[in-house]
Amino acid sequence: MISFELSEEQRAVQKVAHEFAEREIRPLAAEYDEREEYPEWFVEKAFRAGLTYTYVPEEYGGQGMDFLTACIVNEELSWGCCGFATILGANNLGVTPLLVAGNEEQKRKYLLDLTSRPSLAAMALTEPEAGSDAGAVRTTAVRDGDFYVLNGTKCFISNGGIADLHTVYASTDPSKGTRGLSCFLVPKGTPGLSAGKKERKMGVRASVTSEVILSDCRVPAEDLLGAEGQGFKIAMITLDKARVNVASGSVGIARAALEAALDYARQRIQFGRPIIENQAIQFMLADMDMDVEAGRLLYMKAAWLETKGLPFTREAAMAKTFCSDMAMRVTTDVVQVFGGYGYMRDYPVEKYMRDAKINQIWDGTNQIQRLVMARSLMAR
Amino acid sequence: MNLVVCVKRVPDTAESEVHIDASGKDIDKSRLSFGINECDNYAVEEAIQIKERLGGTVTVISLGPKENDEVIRMALAKGGDEAIRLEDEAFDGGDGFAVAKALAAAIKGLEFDIVFTGALADDDGYAVVPAALGELLGVPHATYVKKVEILEDGKRAKVGRELEGGLLEFLEIELPCVLGIQTGINEPRYASFKGIKQAAKKEIAIKSAADLGLDPSEVGESGSWAVLEKFTPPVVGEMAEILEGDPEETAAKLAAILKEKGLV
Repeated sequence: MISFELSEEQRAVQKVAHEFAEREIRPLAAEYDEREEYPEWFVEKAFRAGLTYTYVPEEYGGQGMDFLTACIVNEELSWGCCGFATILGANNLGVTPLLVAGNEEQKRKYLLDLTSRPSLAAMALTEPEAGSDAGAVRTTAVRDGDFYVLNGTKCFISNGGIADLHTVYASTDPSKGTRGLSCFLVPKGTPGLSAGKKERKMGVRASVTSEVILSDCRVPAEDLLGAEGQGFKIAMITLDKARVNVASGSVGIARAALEAALDYARQRIQFGRPIIENQAIQFMLADMDMDVEAGRLLYMKAAWLETKGLPFTREAAMAKTFCSDMAMRVTTDVVQVFGGYGYMRDYPVEKYMRDAKINQIWDGTNQIQRLVMARSLMAR
Repeated sequence: MNLVVCVKRVPDTAESEVHIDASGKDIDKSRLSFGINECDNYAVEEAIQIKERLGGTVTVISLGPKENDEVIRMALAKGGDEAIRLEDEAFDGGDGFAVAKALAAAIKGLEFDIVFTGALADDDGYAVVPAALGELLGVPHATYVKKVEILEDGKRAKVGRELEGGLLEFLEIELPCVLGIQTGINEPRYASFKGIKQAAKKEIAIKSAADLGLDPSEVGESGSWAVLEKFTPPVVGEMAEILEGDPEETAAKLAAILKEKGLV
């Protein structure tokens, strides 16, 4: 038996997230995008609404949602604004290595603190020369007694530099490439940890994206996650989840854009009638609707597999790629439906297009995702 | 404090086009989304905040079909303790007075210090229930309440009522009482996932007219004082003067009117 029905609880939390997005995020989304400013008040508001650290288990102070429910919440938040949703998404991403590989002591120490207050987390993997090629990470971690000394520069880090906890990947053995990577817990205030350049972005501009600089940053050995050399594996398991999250956020953006197009096409009069009466517009809207529906099914399937404890690397890659490509396509077409007005910043749709784009790039480009899918296919 | 809060599930018409249905006595609700009546959302929050300050229980009551459970459960998820839903064909088509009769019958069986309702409903907007409920329960009531302070003896409350022009009228009211809550009195919380999961396990007691000792003729359409005849859309332009002509002409006419009325 197959069921596409959400549970009563899932529908309820979906409604809560939707109302939160509608009331707290949407009215301010354009302003923070325009000013490219991080909304300091937002995390506290989300914390009070119970929308932070969604899939961290209750025993560690999180909301205890299963992964599918967390993705449903993210779709709604991204429907409100992908930039705002990114702040909370980066939180989940930042603590996922801890959930994946942390020992009980580490989880208690860090998660219980982060989840007890409005806080931020960040995962720092990417470097200027190590994007798709994670094995090229140049940040090093050298053992010194009971400490590791970290040196290097991370870039494009969401919540970077302002996070209360950074999970940082560094090489403990540069000769081994990806097998030499290790993951460390680096809390705010650790000497040698600092924020570098804050990036100026095309989209998701309410979220901080920054360089993170590690300069003789001394991390206690007990803050190594798992064992030396396990970093790459931790990152890949973490990214599988992040990719499904990206997929759900892309569906949120596309849905918001489609709704805007439908409203506009009903109101916009040309040649004496609403443009929605033209089949050319109807077919564009129909394609968008089909796209959004297909995207949602794909991310939900991937998230459902995770929830069941089944392998989902292939489906995560598919969902991430399909949904972000879909959101790019849909938002581009929505700007077209709006015509000249769509290109103007007075309407929200050009922002949807700018916000959609990053989803094809981050958490593994869509080209890397296709490699993942192809490898899975060839392994059959 | 034993607190009761009455909630109504209403269609969200704020940003939707509203059409009259084939019966002519209702709007077409097939494409509308539903949720808690806005004032009631504030009433729920006020009840829960008072419970959190002074202890006690919050009982949530709603009249309507199973779909209302969604609204009831959300109130339970935020901190409500018990829930009752009044469901009976006999309740159909009731006006505010008939609804208040059913609610009063359910509340009479409970110990209560304050009954909260919304000041008015987003759909029919009669604003009858809080006043009628106060009369039927034989307790004092206040409506359009924007401030509630329970006095130290726990037997009286100081309430601020919203008047025209942003003025507040303060009065002391003896408990038990009925308060019709106005929007803006507080900042309604969002239900957490934990709360939602706990609420899902709670039982909602279903009561029919017979369970409440009500004769079907007393409630619903037959127990109503107001009879709904038909809905009509407002006539466009009846009260408005439509300026005609090209933009220059209409602008000149508009300017003349604004000057004549002393508005500029």
